[in-house]
Amino acid sequence: MATLNLSAVTKSFGATMVLHGIDLAVADGEMIVIVGASGCGKSTLLRIVAGLETPTTGHVAIGGREVTRLEPADRDIAMVFQNYALYPHMTVAQNMAYGLKIRGTPKEEIARRVAETAGLLGIEPLLARKPRELSGGQRQRVAMGRAIIREPKLFLFDEPLSNLDAKLRVQMRGEIRRLQQRLGVTSLYVTHDQVEAMTLGDRLVVMHQGRAAQVASPMEVWARPADTYVASFIGSPAMNLLAGTLAEGGAAVQLKAGPLLRFQDGPRAGGDGRPLTIGIRPEHMLRDGEALVTVALDLVEPLGSETVLHGKLANGEVLTARLPGMVPAVGSAMPLAIPAEALHVFDAETGRRLDS
Amino acid sequence: MDRKVIFKGRALPLLLLLPQLAVTLVFFIWPAAMAVWQSLLQQDAFGLSTEFVGLENFAEVVADPAWRGAAANTAVFASSVAMLALGVALFLAVQADKAIRGQRFYRTMLIWPYAVAPAISAVLWLFLFHPSIGLIGRALNAAGVLWDYQLNGSQAMLLVVIASAWKQVSYNFIFFLAGLQSIPKSVLEAAAIDGARPLRRFWTVVFPLLSPTTFFLLVVNLVYAFFDTFGVIHALTKGGPGKATETLIYKVYVDGVDNLNLGSSAAQSVLLMVFVIALTVVQFRFVERRVHY
Repeated sequence: MATLNLSAVTKSFGATMVLHGIDLAVADGEMIVIVGASGCGKSTLLRIVAGLETPTTGHVAIGGREVTRLEPADRDIAMVFQNYALYPHMTVAQNMAYGLKIRGTPKEEIARRVAETAGLLGIEPLLARKPRELSGGQRQRVAMGRAIIREPKLFLFDEPLSNLDAKLRVQMRGEIRRLQQRLGVTSLYVTHDQVEAMTLGDRLVVMHQGRAAQVASPMEVWARPADTYVASFIGSPAMNLLAGTLAEGGAAVQLKAGPLLRFQDGPRAGGDGRPLTIGIRPEHMLRDGEALVTVALDLVEPLGSETVLHGKLANGEVLTARLPGMVPAVGSAMPLAIPAEALHVFDAETGRRLDS
Repeated sequence: MDRKVIFKGRALPLLLLLPQLAVTLVFFIWPAAMAVWQSLLQQDAFGLSTEFVGLENFAEVVADPAWRGAAANTAVFASSVAMLALGVALFLAVQADKAIRGQRFYRTMLIWPYAVAPAISAVLWLFLFHPSIGLIGRALNAAGVLWDYQLNGSQAMLLVVIASAWKQVSYNFIFFLAGLQSIPKSVLEAAAIDGARPLRRFWTVVFPLLSPTTFFLLVVNLVYAFFDTFGVIHALTKGGPGKATETLIYKVYVDGVDNLNLGSSAAQSVLLMVFVIALTVVQFRFVERRVHY
């Protein structure tokens, strides 16, 4: 159990810069989820914390101790790999005991902790088996067991659920969260799955092209995305982004698609005509209201309790709406309302969020 | 993975097998059968009369102290060659697996010796270790080490072991390198995070995962040392000094070709054949049971 501090961590492979200065302070017992599309540098960041890669510049400290140049073995961490990385020639019990054995833990102590950990994860009947005799979910548990048995300062998870089928993934997700809260170990969890990120993390780090686009709680990321990338990455279906310009001296936005929307939370800076990107979540769209746009529907997805509509506006912009209940079938053009109180305002050039 | 091609009829599969069967028949089955037949016969010194003697040749061979000496030589020779060739190849493969710069060059250079003919490799080592014209041989003598493999049996054995192992290192190296590269990187990383230092990692993770390769190579190397080292020994020491480097295969040649004792020579080669077949069977049984995944 420890804190983790990253300061100005950069990494380049040859001429390619994959991390552009990451700062992150993780509190004791906190679970941080690093989320981003593939190639955003999230795995590299995790590997730097693990000591499997060395940062080009910057520092890593675990529990206040500078570890930037230390070997993985000297960092007192445990990692769960995407492909589990179990030792194929060892039994489940030997896999879990390996780290303890290397640290010279007495035999009785090892046996006790293996039994205890196996009990915690429900893998007692598997202890004598080899990894190849296990199913994906069982391997996943053994990999977890190997990580928690050492009682490390820090857990690292590298997309641990991405090789499991959908149902098992949901189940293991819950188990990982419960286990982490019970053990109270500081954790870093890398995933590309936004649902995993939202449900697991105390805080999220949304990574984009080697930068932390936003570091905040899941709800904060959802409610106040820092830029258009975060806005469209978190939430499903993705947030609608519409072009517009500042109007009425900063008090409203003139959408290219037609309506003029007045900001409910106060005016934005910049003169009239400043280009903006307006974000509106599909679930916030309404059937009725003041600012109406006409959507030519090209796909209707009924999900039972709600319906997802995909269509185009008159000016060619794409719009998605998620409405409760059943909605008429395809083909028709349909008027939908954009509620002014649910707007997200971004600068059109930088993509940064603009607050009043 | 079951990918079987099923042929209808018999003609086509037989036709496809024919070249391989013909080669096996002409170059293996036939000579082997001739050796077995020859081993049951005895000829007089001039080859004028031949007599069927049953297993008498075998009894004589096994009782012969010269043959027992050659067997002992072979045991020392084969195990040394296998150990040396495997050890050096494994070391080099581990280093090559690490190297990033100049990797291709390094690997290519290590594979070359395999393309050198046994006699040429022997001459190469001769030029290095000959007491009067060899580079290292002269240096050793200049440094006060009494080095002359033509007189000293142990030195002769050392030289043939080194020359034979050198040729086999390349072969082993390729297999070890392939084996090392097939170990998932994340498994090694997991071991590193578990706290294992490189040496520990090697002995507890890498080496066990290489064991199928190692066992396979052990069999191949022993068979190589038993049979394919004739050229090296012939060019370097001719089994001498005395009989210090006379291995079983070399004695087969000496008795058959020089001494023209065909019956005895054939009996020896049959024994050798049986021994190597047994060795292979035992080792593969062992491999199946003991080796991981």
